[in-house]
Amino acid sequence: MKSMISVSALSKEFVLHTQGGARIPVFDRLDLEVAAGECVCLHGPSGAGKSTLLRSLYANYKPSSGHVRVVHGKDVVELGSAEPWQVIEVRRRSVGYVSQFLRVIPRVPALEVVAEPARLAGVPDAEAERRARTLLDRLNIPQRLWGLAPATFSGGEQQRVNVARGFALDYPILLLDEPTASLDAANRQVVVALINEAKARGAAIVGIFHDAEVREAVADRLFEVTAYRRDAA
Amino acid sequence: MNAAAEKASWDEAYNFAYLDEQTKRMIRRALLKAVAIPGYQVPFGGREMPLAYGWGTGGMQVTASVIGPSDTLKVIDQGADDTTNAVSIRRFFKRVAGIATTEATEEASVIQTRHRIPEKPLKEGQVLVYQVPQPEPLRKLEPRETETRKMHGYAEYGLMHVRLYEDISRFGHIATTYSYPVMVNGRYVMSPSPIPKFDNPKMENNQAIQLFGAGREKRIYAIPPYTSVKSLDFEDHPFEVQRWPQACALCGARDSYLDEVVLDDKGGRMFVCSDTHFCADRQEKGHRGPMAADPAAGAFARSSDTSARKEGER
Amino acid sequence: MSALMLSETVTPKRQPLMRATGVSKSYGETIGCLDVSFTLNPGEVIGIVGESGSGKSTLLNVLSAQLSPDIGTVEYDLRHKGMSDIFRLSEPDRRRLMRTDWGIVHQNPRDGLRMDVSAGGNVGERLMAIGARHYGEIRAEGLDWLAKVELNASRVDDKPRTFSGGMQQRLQIARNLVTRPRLIFMDEPTGGLDVSVQARLLDLLRGLVRELGIAAIVVTHDLAVVRLLADRLMVMRHGRVVEEGLTDQVLDDPHHPYTQLLVSSVLQV
Repeated sequence: MKSMISVSALSKEFVLHTQGGARIPVFDRLDLEVAAGECVCLHGPSGAGKSTLLRSLYANYKPSSGHVRVVHGKDVVELGSAEPWQVIEVRRRSVGYVSQFLRVIPRVPALEVVAEPARLAGVPDAEAERRARTLLDRLNIPQRLWGLAPATFSGGEQQRVNVARGFALDYPILLLDEPTASLDAANRQVVVALINEAKARGAAIVGIFHDAEVREAVADRLFEVTAYRRDAA
Repeated sequence: MNAAAEKASWDEAYNFAYLDEQTKRMIRRALLKAVAIPGYQVPFGGREMPLAYGWGTGGMQVTASVIGPSDTLKVIDQGADDTTNAVSIRRFFKRVAGIATTEATEEASVIQTRHRIPEKPLKEGQVLVYQVPQPEPLRKLEPRETETRKMHGYAEYGLMHVRLYEDISRFGHIATTYSYPVMVNGRYVMSPSPIPKFDNPKMENNQAIQLFGAGREKRIYAIPPYTSVKSLDFEDHPFEVQRWPQACALCGARDSYLDEVVLDDKGGRMFVCSDTHFCADRQEKGHRGPMAADPAAGAFARSSDTSARKEGER
Repeated sequence: MSALMLSETVTPKRQPLMRATGVSKSYGETIGCLDVSFTLNPGEVIGIVGESGSGKSTLLNVLSAQLSPDIGTVEYDLRHKGMSDIFRLSEPDRRRLMRTDWGIVHQNPRDGLRMDVSAGGNVGERLMAIGARHYGEIRAEGLDWLAKVELNASRVDDKPRTFSGGMQQRLQIARNLVTRPRLIFMDEPTGGLDVSVQARLLDLLRGLVRELGIAAIVVTHDLAVVRLLADRLMVMRHGRVVEEGLTDQVLDDPHHPYTQLLVSSVLQV
């Protein structure tokens, strides 16, 4: 299978200057390959560094050392050394990210929140909006909410808008941070279906899924982040 | 014409034309520069004149610097030869320069004016001197002198159109009726002093030299003969001059600038030429307006104190 | 070893819009900004954050040609000349650049608006400055921009004096964007506004900047402003840029002690 994400010897350590320079090592010399059409589930107890790894794959966190490489069109981009505009391009076209919480933008209506990524990637307005409608519909967001800003939505509704946004474009790489948390069973099934559809079209997926049922339904393999702790024996 | 040859005909307590020769030279140098750069405001070292600012001190200094013993001077104030300001300035120059004076536009070699251009077209060799209260056309919108100088220097004149835009947005048309800004020689935007915009087209390609003196602001500028002077406007709101439905009540002229004169307290009124010499000349030649025979109008026309005809501005 | 080898074909370098190299400016003993270098790409929004006196406003004034640097250069991609040092342009060229291809949104609308000129006149001024001479078109364009910044068309003939602070700020934005500049400078665009008004303004700015593909340099002390608007962030302290990078990277994974302090000092709502 074609590799889409390649992590080699990645180490991450936080230095908290505001707290007397405390050092918090998270993982050390971590290697991970993710192929197209594969879904890797990051595994480990709370605090193991799953989110940190996921954020590192999105260049939200900078590596202390090591490499994160992703396929971007015909290129391979090294996220640690790429120019900011290159990272923005990678995020715009190649790597989608569903965060744990929706970062609400004041006044922007839900439909626009969902359509925006496709629009920014150059999808014509009408097509971007059509996709957004389909996704909101599948995720059971009542139509009367589409024109409203999600700030006033319930937690579950916000999370579904967030998931819809992440699937608005057929990203070759998808990073999912607890996409089914705070969702009911019916909506969990929709998300599972979306993930499996993405896999089927060849997306490489890395996710954190606490729900065993979801994990069972989508993950091809588990990746133990704790295995790369420096203190791991 | 031969005044110079004879004994000085002016009050010899004063240097000829009041100003000392050095001052006149300084002003002439400023005038030369002004003529060389049409529409450009040249600073000059203005002197104190024996009357208050706002009464024509700038124009008088220019007149004093260009007038010679053989010149004939005409002075008008809003078109009239016989108002207080015009009479005083004429008398002043008679006393300090002994020059001949006239009310006839065609006889004058130097015409000092406050807020009008004579109706009769000027000829080569004549000098028209304007009294200018505020020489800076951009001042109302841009109070900083440093900035307006740059705007002139770099021909950044968008702001001038903002002023006209404001007029149209407020009144539906360009409501500026006097001090209407002009573009001189395709380069400098200039304030034509508070002449009615009716007179603006007369500046274009005029045969006479037009000199502008601002006493309080100490600026001189000029339009040499045969210079392009365009009034600013918009494509869809082209420049237009005022028109009157009436003819002059006294001389019947239909192409002159008219003043409204209230005749009584019962609503009686008439419109007459603002240019008194032009009007009188026509009447002498037999032209008659609709009210020429009216006793009230006749009394007005004969009156030596026609200050009532002024707009009461100043 | 990584399974992915870096591509031989390196993505072609972008033609930058602006490039600052080693810019320093001091006021006697007081340091304004020190040895600042960066590159701005077309359509990119850079945020400059730091506390009062960190030099961010000085830097903005230098970049926007309102203040010349003691040393260093600021180059801009002029439409017909390519990258040119803005301080070696003639003054009229620089002024033309500032009122056509650039926009400057001042913190205090009084510095950026003509308070005695109607809203429509304020928006139309730049058009008239570049030669527009059709009243009807200028006015239509003015009304169009008032709508874009969510000002009621009925206010077109009112003077900005009669506007609220938020409205004045939006009018200032319209006045600047009417000539479709490629770069706008903003100094604390939400400073002095009520929180509710700030959100509206930010959202508006975000939409306009993205829709029109305008590059922007935004100086602010408000991290929420840059989170929403900026692609990239520069953190300034004592005149120096102490940290820079992608906005979310700098805010979520700050490395410099000062940035960590700055980020941790923000109250979470």
